[in-house]
Amino acid sequence: MTAFLTSIGYEHWILQVLLAVPLVGMALVIISPKDWARVTALVVALFEFVVSLGIWWVFDPAKPGLQFVTRVDWLPQFGVSYYVGLDGLSIFMVLLSTCLMPLLVWGSWDQIDFKQRGFYALLLALKTGMIGVFVAMDLFLFYCFWELLLIPMFFIIGIWGSGNRRYASEKFFIYTFSGSLLMLVAIVAMVWTIGQQTGTYSFAYDHILAHVDLLRPQAPWLFIAFALAFAVKVPVFPFHTWLPDAHGEAPTAGSVDLAVILLKMGTYGFLRFAIPFFPTFALSPGVTTVVVALAVTGIIYGALVSMVQPDLKRVVAYSSVSHLGFVILGIWAATVQSVQGAIMVMIAHGLSTGALFFLVGMLYERRHTRLISDFGGIARVAPLLATAFSITALAAIGLPGLNGFIGEFLVLLGSFGRFPVATLIATTVVVFAAAYLLWAVQRVFYNPLSNPENEKMRDLSKRELAVLIPMVAAMIWMGLYPYPLLRRTEAAARHYVEMVHPYLSHDRSPAGPVAEVPR
Amino acid sequence: MTLSPLVVQAVHEASGGAAGPAARLAWLTIALPLLGVVINGLLSLTRARAKAVVSLVGPGVLLGAFAVAVAIFLELRAAPPEAPLVVTLWPWIHVGDLRIDLALQIDQLSSVMLLVVTGVSSLIHIYSVGYMGDDPGYARYFAYLNLFVAFMLILVLGANLPVLFIGWEGVGLCSYLLIGFWFTDKANADAGLKAFLANRIGDIGFLIAMFLLWQTMGALDFATVLSRAPGTLSAAAATWITLFLLLGCTGKSAQIPLYVWLPDAMAGPTPVSALIHAATMVTAGVYLVARTGVLFALAPTTGLITAGIGALTALFAATIGLRQHDIKKVLAYSTISQLGYMFLGVGVGGYTAGIFHLVTHAFFKALLFLGAGSVIHALHHAYHATHSHDDAQDMRNMGGLRRWLPLTCTLMWIATLAIAGIPPFAGFFSKDEILAAAFARGAEQPVYYLFYGIGAAAAFLTAVYMARLMAMTFHGATRVGEAEQGHLHEPPVSMTGPLVLLALLSLTGGVINLPAFAGGHEALEQWLEPVTHAATALRPLALPTGTTEEILLGAAIAIGVLGLWIGYRTTLGQPILPARSAPPETGFARVLYRKYYIDEIYDAVFVRPLVWLSDKVLWRVVDQGLVDGVLVGGGVVGSRWLGRLGSRLQSGQVGLYVLLFLVGAIWVLRAILG
Repeated sequence: MTAFLTSIGYEHWILQVLLAVPLVGMALVIISPKDWARVTALVVALFEFVVSLGIWWVFDPAKPGLQFVTRVDWLPQFGVSYYVGLDGLSIFMVLLSTCLMPLLVWGSWDQIDFKQRGFYALLLALKTGMIGVFVAMDLFLFYCFWELLLIPMFFIIGIWGSGNRRYASEKFFIYTFSGSLLMLVAIVAMVWTIGQQTGTYSFAYDHILAHVDLLRPQAPWLFIAFALAFAVKVPVFPFHTWLPDAHGEAPTAGSVDLAVILLKMGTYGFLRFAIPFFPTFALSPGVTTVVVALAVTGIIYGALVSMVQPDLKRVVAYSSVSHLGFVILGIWAATVQSVQGAIMVMIAHGLSTGALFFLVGMLYERRHTRLISDFGGIARVAPLLATAFSITALAAIGLPGLNGFIGEFLVLLGSFGRFPVATLIATTVVVFAAAYLLWAVQRVFYNPLSNPENEKMRDLSKRELAVLIPMVAAMIWMGLYPYPLLRRTEAAARHYVEMVHPYLSHDRSPAGPVAEVPR
Repeated sequence: MTLSPLVVQAVHEASGGAAGPAARLAWLTIALPLLGVVINGLLSLTRARAKAVVSLVGPGVLLGAFAVAVAIFLELRAAPPEAPLVVTLWPWIHVGDLRIDLALQIDQLSSVMLLVVTGVSSLIHIYSVGYMGDDPGYARYFAYLNLFVAFMLILVLGANLPVLFIGWEGVGLCSYLLIGFWFTDKANADAGLKAFLANRIGDIGFLIAMFLLWQTMGALDFATVLSRAPGTLSAAAATWITLFLLLGCTGKSAQIPLYVWLPDAMAGPTPVSALIHAATMVTAGVYLVARTGVLFALAPTTGLITAGIGALTALFAATIGLRQHDIKKVLAYSTISQLGYMFLGVGVGGYTAGIFHLVTHAFFKALLFLGAGSVIHALHHAYHATHSHDDAQDMRNMGGLRRWLPLTCTLMWIATLAIAGIPPFAGFFSKDEILAAAFARGAEQPVYYLFYGIGAAAAFLTAVYMARLMAMTFHGATRVGEAEQGHLHEPPVSMTGPLVLLALLSLTGGVINLPAFAGGHEALEQWLEPVTHAATALRPLALPTGTTEEILLGAAIAIGVLGLWIGYRTTLGQPILPARSAPPETGFARVLYRKYYIDEIYDAVFVRPLVWLSDKVLWRVVDQGLVDGVLVGGGVVGSRWLGRLGSRLQSGQVGLYVLLFLVGAIWVLRAILG
């Protein structure tokens, strides 16, 4: 497989294809007849998915640096280039987003019943932005993709959302846009400052990284600008209140995309840019204390607030605040285990929370309500739905043997040495997580079937099974055999840890505690 | 210290991997029940009526697993390994120096557990064919039950703590699913959730113990940790690690303070209570302490706390058991109490004693639960036939059932004599060994004499409540209505068969570790010696001999006989009214009946405040009030104000725009460059 793919030059064109196909698909959807919009979108999505699979084999796990690199000058007079590449930090975000595409189209099949062309066109445009964010290695390009995402998402929530969709979409837009404007200022300032002192004005990632020492005087402000943009996206407590509204009101596909990819842009941003650019400030004791405190607060707070939500979709939305807190904790602990754990949480959260949003959407399509109190006893009439929901919920609460456990365990294990107290507090979330999700499961699927409207609820259709079965299978597979994932991300995680290691407040072996134990 | 070279060498042998053919097939014991899960699960989701296939597959896969377990045992007996055989299935979590494989460990201890789990499970699966035959969720039931066995075997066979933890949480999940099996009743679903949450509180401890072990030892597999610990692990670290492990054990094995879920767990089908909540899952904590015995031996303080918790739980639960009317609730508290004995045993350092009692308890408690199941089954059918709504589990509605259920009565008496510690029944030997071990430890630390005393008092109460249970159920005048009496009958052979086998085991189970005074040679002790010797060498324990031993034995027998006599006489010495006409309890009896109000206290102290805090403070005040209201809302007001200001600037005069642009640009550049 690898030999064949290499022979057709796969690594040289794949990222361009992944970026272009959704845009071409968007054009096709727009010109296609109305009733063909979703079919066209599905074909495009399946094509994108199949083409992307080669990355799994062609990607060389042993290499710490970028692969699949393409670098062409774009606006040389401004130091802007089309510079893309992939490494262990981004590979699974890209794969997750391509694998998700057909499922998103399938999942929206009947739910989106008006302006279908517009919807699928925006959905495809969104995909280019998402993939672009993770492969862009030029900060100007990165910023373009970053903003490109906002607009389709704004319309998807605002037009096809439910209830309070106007408020939710505006809140989402303003929140994230104000964050990213600060980032734009910071990016320009960095390029300018480095250019002033080196004579080379370039937005290229490696150019900036090589000269980060020149940014030291302004590092605090620049870091804060980046950090705000990313913290809003993650979202880090207390920048999270756009999330329950956006998640809650978005149509299923929007919520799933938000959960699986958009939130990870924030954590990815910290790993790729904010910390490597400004390690002295970002990892200084003061900032570390603040960030870790916010991460742990988010972990516990998200879980507790999730527990008391009357709206099932918001239960899932707040749970993201809790899960993403683990990623931040892991990133700042900066051990190989904790960083690998952070990446695993990013993947696992995508799978299980994405599936949970699909499932909530399916419940909503049947009953046109998301209030937990409107349900009860559903497992009797829809056992397949109940089973799929239960397995996914168990994955989300970190049951060992399913996907969620791997990342959480690694983050906690890896962070314990550096932040024992924070880790102890964070560990208690295993109780709260079980409380919010299983309590919700109980009130929706168990208990008496007292509401007559629920009695005729139909079980999962074949199309819905086609969405859920791959996701559930992936959860079990990742839970029992995460080795291939860990292998492909280890070099990048190790590289990150070694890069930031000199800046940590106290010295310890990057590989784990073993070095301290006499053998 | 002198020990470590020896053990390290043993581990070296283990990594050489001299596993025989049967040991290498150990994965089959897990795979077979999983196959059952897939088949029964798919059947339950697609054709729930396929009873014949389910009845064949459900127990069938278990008998297959039992056969493999027997083969492994025989192989180990033929060539006893000095060190555990580790069979690696595939790499699981490899990150940096962290190397966690999905690996199974076969040694004398896991083979004993393997036999008990697959053996008792097989019997209970067969019993379930009859007991659950009419249930619409038949296939789902067997899918869950098979899944439980698979996880229990992962727990028992796991070669490192994280793999054990898969099983540990997995059995908790199955317990949750089976307690809430009849989920359309809210009480059942509540009970399931309560069990899961209580277990998860314990799991915090388990997780933290793993983090600490990784931090101090740099490994999580038993072979490395247990062999290196004696030389490298400080007493303080060992104490913290074992204390957190103990927290995990109190959750899983229903000890103070996390025992509260187990009585509620009786909401599940009775065979589930027998299998999960008596014979196997709840003993996992005892197994874990025995498995990590070296760590506990390095931390005598934790040993003391373990023994203390065990003794207190044994007594505390026994007192509650005195005043329960629900036959399954009595047995539930009895289980908590007996688990307390096992903790006393392993806490004292008597690992064999703890495991011995675990095994015999699995026999007689499974028998008691299944016997109670037969009684409930009979009454339930009778009530069903007469459309009565009386409680089929309330012993006040029973009495004199010996007439209709003579076999069940006889078999349950065997189990009662076993649990009460009457020789030569199995429980006598195992309980005596625990109490003797506690007494022996008293010579070093007198507080253990107190634990012995508490244990002896609990033994007395055990005999009392068991005699009460038997008397209320089977003897005296019957309180079953005339109409129902005609419908009472013994269950089918598929149910009585397993009961007879368990009764035989309860009668003769003591032989597996028959002490010298009874003509035995402590076979289990010797069998487990390769596993336990590292721990017992660190914390030696000499069981009493000679006169002391004889006095202790005499006391134990006297306590048991006296308790049974008193329990039987006082129960039948006063009239018992059926549940619907019985007056409410008063005085201390009411406190006991209401279980010391512990549930109410936990609810008022932990549950309600937490929900209140989350809802009223965190969500409504912090999220909606502070963040959304003040920060975001303030931002909105601010930006509106700015917008209005801005719109005034849009005066249409281009010159002003250019001026402002220049001022702004210069300012920005200055800020960046300056």
